[in-house]
Amino acid sequence: MVVAGRAGHALLALAAAGIATMPLWASHYHLQLASTALVAAMFALSLQLLVGAGGMVSLGHAAFFGIGAYAIHLLPPGLSVLATLPAAAALAGLAAAVVGALSLRTRGFFFLMTTLAFGQMLFFVFHDTPLGGGKDGVFVTRPALELFGLVLEVPRRSRPAVMLWLNLGLLVLMYAGLALLMRTLFGRALLGIRANEDRMRALGYNTRRVKLAAFVAAGMLAGVAGHMQAMTEAFVNPELLGWHRSAEGLLMILLGGLGALHGPILGAFAFIGLAEAGTLITERQRLVVGLVILAAVLALPGGLAGLRLPRRERRQPAPAAVEAARP
Amino acid sequence: MSALAAEGLTRRFGGLTAVDDVSITLAIGELHAVIGPNGAGKSTLVNLLAGELRPSAGRIWLGREEVTAWPSWRRALAGIGRSFQRSNVMRGMTVLENVRLAAQAGEFPLRRWLRPAAREHGPLRAARGALTRVGLREAEERVAGTLSHGELRLLEIAMALAMRPTVLLLDEPLAGLGPEEGERVAALLRQLARDHALLLIEHDMDVVFAVADRLTVMVEGRVLERGTPAEIRASPAVREAYLGQGA
Repeated sequence: MVVAGRAGHALLALAAAGIATMPLWASHYHLQLASTALVAAMFALSLQLLVGAGGMVSLGHAAFFGIGAYAIHLLPPGLSVLATLPAAAALAGLAAAVVGALSLRTRGFFFLMTTLAFGQMLFFVFHDTPLGGGKDGVFVTRPALELFGLVLEVPRRSRPAVMLWLNLGLLVLMYAGLALLMRTLFGRALLGIRANEDRMRALGYNTRRVKLAAFVAAGMLAGVAGHMQAMTEAFVNPELLGWHRSAEGLLMILLGGLGALHGPILGAFAFIGLAEAGTLITERQRLVVGLVILAAVLALPGGLAGLRLPRRERRQPAPAAVEAARP
Repeated sequence: MSALAAEGLTRRFGGLTAVDDVSITLAIGELHAVIGPNGAGKSTLVNLLAGELRPSAGRIWLGREEVTAWPSWRRALAGIGRSFQRSNVMRGMTVLENVRLAAQAGEFPLRRWLRPAAREHGPLRAARGALTRVGLREAEERVAGTLSHGELRLLEIAMALAMRPTVLLLDEPLAGLGPEEGERVAALLRQLARDHALLLIEHDMDVVFAVADRLTVMVEGRVLERGTPAEIRASPAVREAYLGQGA
């Protein structure tokens, strides 16, 4: 997995600036849609740390997303977002530490199945017990936008804009953090493990410890995404933890590109955009989404992030993407 | 003093005893070759010493420390470097990145995990040194998956060297090399044996008898004979069991 170069980051920054100006020209509905895409991008990005960087394909990642979302419901209402956000990350990270320690004893297909099982277990905890308000979900009070004692009162009218900016800011932070992380010794080791875990062990790397750290970090970031989901919607339900959402995250990565850190961001926006376009055309929007993704994956092995301008003869064969696609 | 010692090593796979009561000592400055026909248990022995496999019975010491229960990564950090019989590298990465990861393994305690990799000049130097030593320096920017078979064998050795081990376990490093590369590796082996404890598994008898200080002959998991090259050449048992087949 590679981190985009200067030109790529310039384009991403331009796109972020465009999204930031949306409150000036877009409707409330589209602001909310953009927030949905930003939250989805955060979730997919957190999953990319597992899949693209670490080679760990998980079907239970949404559980940590859901735990981050439910953190707002479980914590007393009226807290500052500066308290609820770290708490959501910590709760999700704790769950990821337990699930990771057990499921990282397996690899490949068995890892996929183990994470699926743990994910569904956590799903049913919220679905079948009164802990989280039951299977129908529950409305939550948004955490206060309080910075060092200064409470920002947001009128109902401007809430979509504020949520958009908040989500955008967090996504940018998350991306920057991961881009830096990939340049550390830890990031290098993780890429080595994805490429050939047995060899890394023989070289002297405690690969399970490195993978567990990545799993916990990815879980915490998914928790942050989940927290923002709940804060944006003011509503949580058990579906947030379900395996469908994990699979959607994987689809976003596949669509956007396994081989690039920014792939999941492109993939999340494409996915949400496709679903939205699908509903405009037909009632069977999932069919539209599925067909387009199928076509895109067949036509673009490097995903959207692998697209290049045709005049620049610099197409990379992206061996990283091929390798990461192995289970 | 022996750098690596194993006593009574046994490994069973179901009903098959791949390694049966093998004891071996490796000393720094000595090249110890293990020969034997296919299926004699040579690679299993290397896997037991490196920690890839746990022995069914027997004990292993690295220096004064017993390492029988240690996982492979811990043994690697403590000074056991190895190469694999079948080239086993990070194929999507460059040659340099492969060797750098090998050099970096020893400098990867938890508190250094978040250091920017670009600032780590020590491992980079060590990696380039190892590449120069095996003659792969020119190829450092190439993706490992595009190397020829012979170059991959050299990369295997460079990775083992970059770990700065005291004990080197080389599993058929010359397999499939051309005569020129083979000669260079053979000379490198002699050189490495001066400051490493070196275990060599090799099928090319000319090379083995030319470079080895001591030989262990394995047949069906057991040690048939051991001694200097001259003693092994003269041993009737070895002649019958092994050398005789090919000659």
